Amino acid sequence: MNRYDVLTTLVPVLRDRLVMCNIGSPSQELYSLLDQDSNFYMLGTMGLCSSIGLGLAIACDEDVIAIDGDGSVLTNLGTLATIANNWQENFVLLIIDNGSYGSTGDQPSYASARTSLTEVARACGCQHVVECEAGQAATVLTETLADRKGGVIVCKCEPGQVSVPVVDLDPVVIGHRFMARLSKGRSRA
Amino acid sequence: MHTPTDSRIVECLADNDIGFVTSLPCKQLAGVIELADQSPDMVHVPCNREDEGMGMCTGAYLGGTRSAILMQNTALGVVVNSLATLIQFYRVPLPMIISYRGEVGEPVACQVEMAIHTRPLLRMLHIPAYVFSDPSEVDLLGGILNHCFMCRKPVAVLAQASFWSKAQ
Repeated sequence: MNRYDVLTTLVPVLRDRLVMCNIGSPSQELYSLLDQDSNFYMLGTMGLCSSIGLGLAIACDEDVIAIDGDGSVLTNLGTLATIANNWQENFVLLIIDNGSYGSTGDQPSYASARTSLTEVARACGCQHVVECEAGQAATVLTETLADRKGGVIVCKCEPGQVSVPVVDLDPVVIGHRFMARLSKGRSRA
Repeated sequence: MHTPTDSRIVECLADNDIGFVTSLPCKQLAGVIELADQSPDMVHVPCNREDEGMGMCTGAYLGGTRSAILMQNTALGVVVNSLATLIQFYRVPLPMIISYRGEVGEPVACQVEMAIHTRPLLRMLHIPAYVFSDPSEVDLLGGILNHCFMCRKPVAVLAQASFWSKAQ
């Protein structure tokens, strides 16, 4: 299974959830599988998906899922220390680890060689770190959300992506509809 | 240790509903950072790099909380991409309270290298910049913050060495 296959299995879990999605192919694939107001697509700024997700989780009560990649987390490795030391029980970081930089042609990342992001996350002090195979991702994410203690999930999968269109939404529209959905959720609560 | 000027800065942030602050350590900003950390009005989350901090500020803003970053001017070299493709592209209002190292009186030569680039970088990025050289100029901070959130742009406050040396 590649990332697109993983995301396909995650659709029922992600529906109506606050989802922060990594730049490039991950956002494009999610956009084609499940576009919703509560998705925040990153159109630039490699590496900051988990940081935006953490800031959001600090500011709101709802559960936040950040879908990041191994290459992107390696770009901003300090994020795992920040997450660990400012632990949010409503924040789940899902690293889809295909061991490669998918959006630029599947060049291997160090996560495919000697570096284990699972062990890095643990060494940084993150709690509830789970490594799983691609086929288990939906189950592990569902369980992690149900436990309401937060978590870091490292989902190992194969490289490769499908050909889907770029996200053609204006960034201001992405932000506006996301914030409108969040305030609607608040008034309902 | 913090000065009354540091207190006024943090009170002004709180008065303008800033509920999330991120920072990296800085000798000049130390008192402001200390008070932000102690303030019941805001969450202070230290970051490891300023681009990471800007990511967290963006998340907090999306969650309905106004945010700000406390940083040195040297960090402008770290955050150009984040400013262009995140803060400006998504129109996130972000006050940057910047200690302006490398001006006259600076003891560390290397600080001068980025000081030379500070204002050109801000100009190139079309980021409004306000230079504070005297503690009395903290009176302008509220208006600057209001302007930032009104126009949804990043704004820079450059607090020079003279500002910090006269602060009490």
